[in-house]
Amino acid sequence: MSVDMLPGTAARTGQWDSVFSRARKVNSASWLSAVVTLGWRAVLKIKHVPFQLFDVTAFPIMMTLMFTYLFGGALAGSPREYVQFLLPGIVVQAVLFITVYTGVGLNTDISKGLYDRFRSLPIWQPAPIFGALLGDVMRYGIAAVMVIGLGLLLGFRPQGGLPGVVAAVVLLLLFAFSVSWIWIIVSMFVKTPESVMTTSFLFLFPLTMASNIFVDPATMPDWLATAVSFNPVTHLVTASRSLMHGQGAATGSIVWVLVASAIITAVFAPIALRMYHKER
Amino acid sequence: MQGGGGPHFPYNQAMSTMPAIQISGLAKSFGTTRAVDHIDLQIARGSVYGLLGPNGAGKTTTIRMLATLIRPDAGTARVLGHDVVRDAAAVRSKVSLTGQFASIDEDLTGKENLVLIGRLLGLSWADARARAAELLDAFGLAEAAGRQVRTFSGGMRRRLDIAASLVVTPEVLFLDEPTTGLDPRSRSQVWDIVRAIASEGTTVLLTTQYLEEADRLADRLAVIDHGRVIAEGTSRDLKSSVGANMLHVRLREATQLADAQARLVEVLKVDVQRHADPCLLSVQVSDLALVGNALASLTSAGVVVAEFSLGQPSLDEVFFALTGRPAESESDNGQEARA
Repeated sequence: MSVDMLPGTAARTGQWDSVFSRARKVNSASWLSAVVTLGWRAVLKIKHVPFQLFDVTAFPIMMTLMFTYLFGGALAGSPREYVQFLLPGIVVQAVLFITVYTGVGLNTDISKGLYDRFRSLPIWQPAPIFGALLGDVMRYGIAAVMVIGLGLLLGFRPQGGLPGVVAAVVLLLLFAFSVSWIWIIVSMFVKTPESVMTTSFLFLFPLTMASNIFVDPATMPDWLATAVSFNPVTHLVTASRSLMHGQGAATGSIVWVLVASAIITAVFAPIALRMYHKER
Repeated sequence: MQGGGGPHFPYNQAMSTMPAIQISGLAKSFGTTRAVDHIDLQIARGSVYGLLGPNGAGKTTTIRMLATLIRPDAGTARVLGHDVVRDAAAVRSKVSLTGQFASIDEDLTGKENLVLIGRLLGLSWADARARAAELLDAFGLAEAAGRQVRTFSGGMRRRLDIAASLVVTPEVLFLDEPTTGLDPRSRSQVWDIVRAIASEGTTVLLTTQYLEEADRLADRLAVIDHGRVIAEGTSRDLKSSVGANMLHVRLREATQLADAQARLVEVLKVDVQRHADPCLLSVQVSDLALVGNALASLTSAGVVVAEFSLGQPSLDEVFFALTGRPAESESDNGQEARA
């Protein structure tokens, strides 16, 4: 009675044979394979929607051009001299801005129901989060290369050479990874991807502006200079500058960034994972 | 209709006749809303089971609990003998879920979506690609395989979504409103797919708002309202309790309603149901031979009939028959019933 097939159905029944011919059961992916597979998904997204790289890097690129050519002469004598100072900082700003996309992407996946499918699969349950982070770290790397490439065109000449630049980028990616956990939490609190963006920028904008990215804090009023010296971004930029220019004098800042990254991850990652496991 | 009660089987047979899904006292609240209010259900292996109810009845919440996505507040649910809370991992290894909204990545192509799921289920890259190609072919999506899903039509998305649930053939498949929002052609394609899946021995639990869909697909069904099961049985049981032959009479003039109602009662000798629509009357007809007389009687009384049809009860009428509470009444609780 329940199989009162529609006309023409029987003729097409053959097409389903292949659907069920395969083995019914396989062993699910290992945790590592699941994370890598979900990271592959993030890479595919970059391939299909490259615009997501540009809309967030557009602002730091605009700032680079504006500050270098408008204020560079006044701030450092010449645009070319200023870009040596600015670029290691702008890379930091660009990558930190892009970390917001971790939260935006996760929020979109959750609201679209994609995570319901992932969570109903027999895989290591946090794999979707780590897979997304793996893809994000790749994206941060691409953004860093883009901004440094622009800097080279503008006359940026890192004294530390390739090893110095690579070391600075690795340190930056480490810090960005830890900050991403915060946006994962934000993304699970707020309702829409747009509000993830707004909430996160409300925090990131002052954090990157009130730092030593654009000017030497020594030129600021004492109270502001003091505040800036406690800003983790300041330490990250100091470390980035000394590594890129091969000055080696900022061991303190490097250690500071490593410790800060460890603390941020240790505090926020467990919260984010617990929230992810909690039902919605 | 009661299942079970048969002789004691040897262990192996008992395993194979064990229900695919056993739900007992299952409950879930969100804030003060009781989404699922102590449901008991037994779903036989290899069957297609329908959860029928209006929006907000608790169908999706029930399925999400069975697919281990949310935890019940009370009661237990076992899928293939595994508790959905304690043995969640075991449940996940045997079921697939196709949610209400297409749970596929819109930025990726159709093929990439299926390869992704195949890889997560442990297939090698080569096997995952081969399996994806096979499924795309069977689901009529081969030509669109390389296109981003955001360019797909609603019907194509739905088929891809179901295909993603079959990368490894599950023992139990949950389909949450598989045809909501689809055009009639896509709907009948999805029905064909569900029948094919069931004929291969997979137990299918689907939710729907359409009586016709439950009737066509499901071996048994439960009618759910406000988180409770208000009827359970085969489609035939349900229809005989509701009345398979519903006569719908639509008048041109609402002023003639009382007159028409009196005539219908006189000829058919059963209660006539009024609706929020002031021109509509419906009657459950037990003796089909009287239907012709009813039309003749209306015509001779000068009642102008705009529509006179005999057919299946609508979901509203099922609700009326089962709850005694009109889904749409003259005092107009219609909104509440639909909410």
